[in-house]
Amino acid sequence: MIEIENVHKSFGALKVLKGIDLTVDKGEVVSVIGGSGSGKSTLLTCINGLEPIDEGRILVDGTEVHARSTDLNKLRRKIGIVFQQFNAFPHLTVLENVTLAPRKVKGMGRKEAEEIAVRQLEHVGLGDKIKVYPSRLSGGQQQRMAIARALAMSPDYMLFDEVTSALDPQLVGEVLDTLKLLADGGMTMICVTHEMRFAREVSDRVAFFDQGVMAEIGPPEQIFGEAKNEATRKFLSSVR
Amino acid sequence: MFETDFTFNDLLFMLQGAGVTLAITFFAVTGGTLMGLAFGVLRASVRPWMTLPLVFVLDVFRSVPLLIQLILANAFQAIAGFGMSPFVTSCIVLALYTSAYCTEIVRGAIDAVPTVTRRAARSLGLTWGQDMTQIVFPMALRVALPSWIGLTLGVMKDSALVLWLGIFELLKSSQVLITRLQEPMFILLIAGGIYFMLSFPIARLGGHLERGWKEND
Repeated sequence: MIEIENVHKSFGALKVLKGIDLTVDKGEVVSVIGGSGSGKSTLLTCINGLEPIDEGRILVDGTEVHARSTDLNKLRRKIGIVFQQFNAFPHLTVLENVTLAPRKVKGMGRKEAEEIAVRQLEHVGLGDKIKVYPSRLSGGQQQRMAIARALAMSPDYMLFDEVTSALDPQLVGEVLDTLKLLADGGMTMICVTHEMRFAREVSDRVAFFDQGVMAEIGPPEQIFGEAKNEATRKFLSSVR
Repeated sequence: MFETDFTFNDLLFMLQGAGVTLAITFFAVTGGTLMGLAFGVLRASVRPWMTLPLVFVLDVFRSVPLLIQLILANAFQAIAGFGMSPFVTSCIVLALYTSAYCTEIVRGAIDAVPTVTRRAARSLGLTWGQDMTQIVFPMALRVALPSWIGLTLGVMKDSALVLWLGIFELLKSSQVLITRLQEPMFILLIAGGIYFMLSFPIARLGGHLERGWKEND
């Protein structure tokens, strides 16, 4: 379970998160929507401790992420994250990209790590690309590789930060299909997304962020059907 | 036709000098690169103001002509009674001089690795050290190599200045022969040829490595 309690975060004078409260249960898929600069992506980087927070606390399975005593490297094994930009390691083959963390972080043997990597790569439809370097992959393929790379650590939670935003429109579908597959498999996911159809079809709950505040949260039918908040309605009518 | 008093033994004498040039270059570049790596990683990892004293010292080594550094260092070690040979003094000065340039090459190359790539590595649970060795160094090496090869070749040629401390490296050996044989053009042509033969494999090695990497890009 991920528990976010009254989280505040600023970059200099800019307040990005102004008191976020959110609990995500095991197996739940929560989509976070909202305009740019609303703090959605920052929240994800705070959850796995890539960014410090100013106030409040975030608990992952009861462990406080920003506590001094927390071993972040250990905690991060539980939390996979995929970013908007394709973050392939360009000097490693697709297979090496995926086996790196299991081998170095978990201390797995090469053979075992490769078996897991191949399984994950096949899962995201890249079974035939294991020997090539990332530069030979399309954006959509690189993004699916990044997903396989995160999954190879067998995380309990997956965070997706606008993973389709940097893709050509015709490549968006293949990545969203991969996310759907994951959601169907029972993975706990927080997806920051601009894909409203995806948010509607896959999420258990949808949260709308507006200027650092979670303005509204509820089941997709509520958010997309009869949003209570004026800002939510305004945002949704602008993206439709 | 062309006649010369230049003998095979003279050539051996020059090659001995070339060996000294190579040895000084090796120690200077090895020491300078190790120091440059340490300083460069430090510069790229901590806040800029924390390395200000280091940057100042390195700027001195980059700004003062090498010849002045060599002569001052040699005089200083004699006055201080360190009892170092000119060879050791030369290697130390050249290593510091190399490290001043190498530090900036390393810092620039590390900065060239995208922050998002490093974040991705850390998000997988890699430690700072693992991120450095598995992701940053291999990616930065591709950026740094052309400049580093240039630096190495530059240091090899700059090492000729140690002749002022009385070291018989390649240029000094050539000077001795020129004085004796009075055939400056011919001897300098040979010296230039030897410098080229020392430099060429290093330059080619760089090109070879870069071509190998390009195939993956």
